[in-house]
Amino acid sequence: MSEYNKILKQNIWYNNPVFIQILGICSALAVTNNLTNTFIMTIAVSLVTAFSSLTVSIIKGLIPRKVRMIVQTLIIAFYVIIVDIVLRAYLPGISKALGPYVGLIITNCIIMGRAEGFAQSNGPIISFWDGFTSGLGYLAVLMVVAFFRELLGFGTLFGYRILPEGFMSWTIMLMAPSAFFMLAIFIWVAKSIMLRKEAK
Amino acid sequence: MIPDINPFVLFFASIFTSNILLANFLGMCSFVSISKDITSSNGLGMAVTMVMTITTALNWIVYNKIIVPFGLEYLRYIIFIIVIAAVVQILEMLIDRLSPNLYMSLGIFLPLITVNCAILGVSLFMQLRYYTFIQSIFYGLGSGLGWWLAIMALAAIRKKVDKSPNVPAALKGPGITLIIIGIMAMAFIGFSGMLNVQ
Repeated sequence: MSEYNKILKQNIWYNNPVFIQILGICSALAVTNNLTNTFIMTIAVSLVTAFSSLTVSIIKGLIPRKVRMIVQTLIIAFYVIIVDIVLRAYLPGISKALGPYVGLIITNCIIMGRAEGFAQSNGPIISFWDGFTSGLGYLAVLMVVAFFRELLGFGTLFGYRILPEGFMSWTIMLMAPSAFFMLAIFIWVAKSIMLRKEAK
Repeated sequence: MIPDINPFVLFFASIFTSNILLANFLGMCSFVSISKDITSSNGLGMAVTMVMTITTALNWIVYNKIIVPFGLEYLRYIIFIIVIAAVVQILEMLIDRLSPNLYMSLGIFLPLITVNCAILGVSLFMQLRYYTFIQSIFYGLGSGLGWWLAIMALAAIRKKVDKSPNVPAALKGPGITLIIIGIMAMAFIGFSGMLNVQ
């Protein structure tokens, strides 16, 4: 069990895919001006990572080394298509808002990174867990970014008004630059905490 | 529902106002990690531009002539990624055969490109916005050049900033890079008054 705990801690904090490894920020920053979209998107990424790690780990003996990248990509694409179809059937509004970014989960570096770096050399169950917790680490960071962007940009959280009507919303929070700034600030805070811990 | 946009306007819009990287956040992973070095940035930018133009054109043909007539829209992600992987593989072999010098500077970046979100993103946007064939080519080329421009600009800025002693320890590396990208994105928003194309 301790093995699983260790992976959980590694993926959520010490080796977080977003603020330590700087992976997978491509498709995700675009959706972080709204908490609901971010939540759905990150859950989708977690599930795709978990299941593709599981699949890669099960069939790792059968894949020739030379073509393994493309096989992994196809496995990931297979799960992304399932996610896309499910989203379109049950949450058509969100599917529309996310647009091409659902398809871009395929090229999210986190998923490929976990498949290549962990699932290739580990058993199926632990790979599944590793993929899922990596997704959770990703979820945590993006939810924090989205929290501030939606709160300051719209004055709402999950679509419910939090700040009073008179609040002047910050238009910049809805545009691209603020996503970079918010993520940079997050990295700054997280790294400072880490450095302080190390110094002790 | 074909958008009535002059291909040249689309070309400039995709470089400046709706830069694929700074407005749509695509291709960030390699953008942050490769921009440490100007020479590699140049090589990667060139490779991205080339692959993006070719794959956008090919994917347009595949989407409109094969996927739509056969009703395979739900398979488009897999088909697009296969086309991209195939183009990258063929280009790698061709460059290796025709110009070993170019291969030395470009070769190592080509495999990276298969998983670059910008390439797939441009194909998906092209299909979502119903561009015509000519528009798609200009859109692909413009987006590639925009990506190249952005990574060169960032690499040049980072060359100075990474040596600066004034950056706080916790902000070094990725943190300060993201702030630079944010400021660049703001600068590029300044162009948006000139053209507005979605």
